[in-house]
Amino acid sequence: MKVVVCTKQTPSTTADLTVNPDGSVSWEDPGGKPNVVNPWDEYSIEEGIRLKENHGASDVIAITMGSEESQEALKTALAMGCTEAILLSDAAFAGVDTLGTAKVLAAAINKVEDVQIAIFGKSAIDGDTGQTAVQTACQLGWTPLTFVSAITAVGDGQITVERLLDDGKETVTAPLPVVISTVKEINEPRYPSFMGIRKASRATIPVWAAGDLSLNSVGSKVDWSKVYALPPREGSVEIIEGDSVQEKAAKLVAKLFEEKVI
Amino acid sequence: MSGVWVFIENRDGKIAAIAKEALAAARTVADGLGETLTALVFGQDVAGVAAAAFDFGADAVLGADDATLSPFRVEAVGPLVVQLAQEREPSVIMAGASTRGRDLAAWVAADLEAGLVADGTDLTVEDGKVKVTRPVYAGKLLSTVFVTEGTQVITLRNRAFPQAESTGGSGSAEWVETAVAEDDIPTKVTGFAGKEGGVSLTDASIIVSGGRGVGGPEGFAPVRELAEVLGGAVGASRAAVDSGWIPYEHQVGQTGKTVSPDLYIASGISGAIQHQAGMRTSKIIVAINKDPEAPIFKLAQYGIVGDLFEVLPALTAEFKSKLG
Repeated sequence: MKVVVCTKQTPSTTADLTVNPDGSVSWEDPGGKPNVVNPWDEYSIEEGIRLKENHGASDVIAITMGSEESQEALKTALAMGCTEAILLSDAAFAGVDTLGTAKVLAAAINKVEDVQIAIFGKSAIDGDTGQTAVQTACQLGWTPLTFVSAITAVGDGQITVERLLDDGKETVTAPLPVVISTVKEINEPRYPSFMGIRKASRATIPVWAAGDLSLNSVGSKVDWSKVYALPPREGSVEIIEGDSVQEKAAKLVAKLFEEKVI
Repeated sequence: MSGVWVFIENRDGKIAAIAKEALAAARTVADGLGETLTALVFGQDVAGVAAAAFDFGADAVLGADDATLSPFRVEAVGPLVVQLAQEREPSVIMAGASTRGRDLAAWVAADLEAGLVADGTDLTVEDGKVKVTRPVYAGKLLSTVFVTEGTQVITLRNRAFPQAESTGGSGSAEWVETAVAEDDIPTKVTGFAGKEGGVSLTDASIIVSGGRGVGGPEGFAPVRELAEVLGGAVGASRAAVDSGWIPYEHQVGQTGKTVSPDLYIASGISGAIQHQAGMRTSKIIVAINKDPEAPIFKLAQYGIVGDLFEVLPALTAEFKSKLG
């Protein structure tokens, strides 16, 4: 059983973002590490590795669609314990929408062959759509299982998972193959080991282009060219003063009634 | 291509709050385009939900009432919406961005080869297109996004739109057959555990949150007490969740839930940018922190500099006396 983990490289969570005059977005990180594996994907990578450790998966292959520099994210996945990594990179992939991304990922998963489980993070923290897992499942004709908080059983061609929905936790069983998206509750991601980092730094990551995936044009039906900074929150904070904590509390409560939010 | 469709999420035979928000937003779009608004109602014993959809502003209801549609499974509902959309060619399909609504929108857009815009927080109609405002980069930036051709599939963030109000409208729904028989639906739901008591974070109009400053699991007691008096939900920062003081389902922020309540009370939370990403669209933010330099005060409208273990009980007592 092969497992594919679909990851993405994103700006770090602490990055300072700037919208350039041409509408593009650039970023710097005060910590000096501007690009990271999408934080939600740390959980999907970990779960992929656990499928190998606990459920007999033979290979755990990390794939990323992105520019050449997205190799860094894949090296993190390798350092954590993925057995292989593949970069999907082509000028034709730039600017595609979620469905275009799903087509590229599905083509890559088919090319890997014998994949039973493809795992995604809940969403990527840059585009933040959270739609690619289901759309990849649709492209593959596989069952999507989203918001998975636990994989409770894998075997006999079936998988049982718990899903964290808005109003509760659902237990669901489906035949393999499946596409899973994970939530943070599913595990605690490991740190890459020293040996893992060394091995990953020497790894050569294959690059698959549109031709390798027999994709001509993937296209996009979504225009998201207009990106801009948030309007600042109006006004500044009013610090509630008073001689006692009771007085401060009373003043604040009165303000909140005036705001009509109670 | 004509008509605005909106998915009506229902739970336990009742229209969900997020569906009323979606109905209000979809009404604006339908009026902007000059097209009819059709509510999609799926489930078992959902005649009451269809009636509610008319009452909350739908011009028409298209539904299916069958055991295979309850509980909601995207493998059952998705193909039905796709089939209906192929037959009737709506110009817009909308849904609240709940866990179920997201799955459905992604499925429908994929199988219709349609463009999809997720998680809208505002929208306008221009030249037949729905221009959707949505946060990107974890809420650090905004974008205006639209589908350039064909059916426009759009999901709407929880609590970003006001709920539709009762119009007194009524009508008769059109009921259709399901698209997939039970034997052909791969997933089997074998259990469901609803949230124990309390209010769901994403639905809450008031949230009281605790962070590192609460100091331990027992430190959430005054946070819970205030939330209870206000009928609100309990939130937490990543620091508190990672310390094991409170379960992950309470986490607000970049790797937790994105919330947008009317009132967000942050106690003992410094306000790291990752936390801000999950709550900055709250209407009123109150910060309670010992450190007057905490970044949360830059985001808040009101602040009290002080010890949360004194301030929260004082607020609880004051609200109790005012709210009777």
